[in-house]
Amino acid sequence: MNTPTLLTVDRLVLGATAVATQVVSGVSLTLRRGERIGIVGESGSGKSMLMRAVIGLLPAGISKLGGSVRFEDRDMGDLQPEDLRKLRGKGIGLIFQEPMTSLNPALTIGRQLEEGLALHTAMDANERQAAILAMLRRVGIADPDAAVRAFPHEFSGGMRQRIMIASVMLLEPALLIADEPTTALDAVVQREVLELLHALVEEKGTAMVLISHDMAMVAQYTDRVLVMQKGVCVEEGATSELLRAPRHEYTRKLLSALPRRAPARAVAPSAPLASVRNMKLAYGSGSSAKAVLHGIDLDIHPGEIVALVGGSGSGKTTLGRIIAGLLQPNEGTLTFRGQAVNRKSGGYADYRANCQMVFQDPYSSLDPRMRVREIVAAPLRHEKSMRSAERRQRVDEVLSEVGLGPQFADRFPHQLSGGQRQRVAIARALARRPDLVIADEAVSALDMTVKAQILKLLSQLQEQQGFACLFISHDLGVVEQIADRVVVMHRGVIEEQGSRDEIFDRPTSSYTKKLLSAVPMLTPADGGGIDLVWRAA
Amino acid sequence: MKTLSANAMVGGLFVGAFVIAACIGSVWTPYDPMALDMKARLAGPSIQHLLGADEFGRDVLSRLMLGASASGIVSLATVAIATILGTALGSISGYLGGWTDRVLVAVTNALLAFPGILLALGLLAIFGANKYGIVLALGIAYTPSVARIVRGTVLSLREREFIDASRVSGDSEMYTLLRHILPNCLAPLTVLSTSMFGWTLLSESALSFLGLGVPPPAPTWGNMLAAARPYLAQAAWLAIFPGLCISIVLLGINLLGDALRDRLDPKMRGMQ
Repeated sequence: MNTPTLLTVDRLVLGATAVATQVVSGVSLTLRRGERIGIVGESGSGKSMLMRAVIGLLPAGISKLGGSVRFEDRDMGDLQPEDLRKLRGKGIGLIFQEPMTSLNPALTIGRQLEEGLALHTAMDANERQAAILAMLRRVGIADPDAAVRAFPHEFSGGMRQRIMIASVMLLEPALLIADEPTTALDAVVQREVLELLHALVEEKGTAMVLISHDMAMVAQYTDRVLVMQKGVCVEEGATSELLRAPRHEYTRKLLSALPRRAPARAVAPSAPLASVRNMKLAYGSGSSAKAVLHGIDLDIHPGEIVALVGGSGSGKTTLGRIIAGLLQPNEGTLTFRGQAVNRKSGGYADYRANCQMVFQDPYSSLDPRMRVREIVAAPLRHEKSMRSAERRQRVDEVLSEVGLGPQFADRFPHQLSGGQRQRVAIARALARRPDLVIADEAVSALDMTVKAQILKLLSQLQEQQGFACLFISHDLGVVEQIADRVVVMHRGVIEEQGSRDEIFDRPTSSYTKKLLSAVPMLTPADGGGIDLVWRAA
Repeated sequence: MKTLSANAMVGGLFVGAFVIAACIGSVWTPYDPMALDMKARLAGPSIQHLLGADEFGRDVLSRLMLGASASGIVSLATVAIATILGTALGSISGYLGGWTDRVLVAVTNALLAFPGILLALGLLAIFGANKYGIVLALGIAYTPSVARIVRGTVLSLREREFIDASRVSGDSEMYTLLRHILPNCLAPLTVLSTSMFGWTLLSESALSFLGLGVPPPAPTWGNMLAAARPYLAQAAWLAIFPGLCISIVLLGINLLGDALRDRLDPKMRGMQ
């Protein structure tokens, strides 16, 4: 209690005056020096706006309608733009979600890192150079001398986010705001970047506000959590207590949306529905060819959910697209019910009807010019024997199955929420009653509670209709909940495969162990909440 | 109840006036637009000749009305040719990719390297300086810009997941192109064709001004403007009125194009 207060937000109200809506309604928080707090909420909860108000970077149309923000005993409302500029960077650092766009593609890394130092410190050029090199080494860039001369596009997403962290931490701000800093990265890289961020913040005694939709992530790296819903802070408390004994209903809902293992199901042994043998694919040709798949063998049995997991670049999506018929492999065979699948063969139409796909991004997987009814009916065009009344009936039927109901049939995709769109995409995939559904990161783009609903829907529908599902995901938490069998891919080869319980409880490959270390195990706690346990890498 | 935007209203008003003038002009004009009347030579605007008379005493208002229909039809035909050719080339190029794309892009770029008016001049030399020649020449000259825009739109649409979804459900490439890709090109195409209508109106005037347009005595706004040049000092209205007509119609068309784009965007449709 004796550490001085760094930031006080008092009954802050933010809103759009033009349409009289509030995005943040009366949120208060205090942050002491060196303290780390998390702000958790789903999209539209106002969590990002709250922090943007702190740093004075509200988007056009949104303004402060009431309350105050004090930073280091100064009211931010009184600051002139000049003072505010001095404060940003030096006083408050900000790390954004998208490392692809938050670095300037036209400047070298060195120039970008130097900018802040030149503006905010009295260092001369040599000191700046030394500080930059030391910081780049600290954030785990292998060759800092080469890195300062390189451009952002030469680095992967994870590396870019490390560079972003370096650029912010160079100035040793008193407060660091990290807004979904790792959401765009895959699970393993996410863990590494967060560990780095955490270590640096500890080292420099920086106060941190971690904004995220990911409860488990916030839980691990913060002392205190604010839960926000629709612009209001519904619950605040010490992280471990809040997790174990949530008081507010919404917090409970968020916690129950965290994926957890469902009981193992017995899948009756039978001949594989689809088999992939020695599948090879390289992008490009000749000497510039980049091999993505190095001879994959995979069986999918009727009625089972097979999860294909791995980091980005593991080839899991490529394999899924080959099975869906969207890509032609260089080598290898795909058989379906014992018959080779070949675009030119007569059986291809039958395969097409029986293998459908649900895509990742519900905002891009639906044609914006078509109504829901047309979208869901589109695959039925190939059911030649179906009369139009039957088609209509089928559309209504699948829309009800996915929990939307026929009243949504006449809407356009932009009139639906993300979750509703993904339901439409599932309805489209199920319209022809396929035997195999490929779900490529089908829940990755969704909000926590929506994700939980869609997962539940998928497993319910699978239970009812008995289709086999190839569930491609980088999110092991989700996989643990839904999969019967898990196949781990790494750099175009299958590292390990087995039943879900085998993979999660007794992984043998070191890559699998590393993947698993990025997701917590959930156990119910006495207070109605949960305990998080992290597996060793 | 939907309210029209200011753009749509002003644009609609200007373009509407143009269309009405052109329609009336093709069946009736206050005077015979071709009739010479040496007594009224270079007469200023008056009750008899509302917008004055030209160097042969022909009524300017009548000639503008007839010219509106001539210019309108030429521009419309040109836009139709450029849009159809450009969309076909652009979508094939963008959707098929590979060698087809490379060849088409090379040709498009080569054509785009010439200013449109220069290309049209060259083509006019082949087709001959008459109404049909102008339509063909300008139509071909504007095809590359349409092709390029359509290709770009198709390229970005091709990566969207609903295109994959269409393939997964078993649709042929042609069906996917026609059902999912082209309708989504409609918004940029509409804006482009409306503004292209303005450009062709202007180019047709420019070509007529250079003496390569619709040959006199048939009036178009362009050749009227050209004919007015020697008399600028004595009878400025001869240049002012055709020039004003061209400017107003161009403005109207651009405003209407913007309003149309907003309307065609499905995100604007069905909003409650």
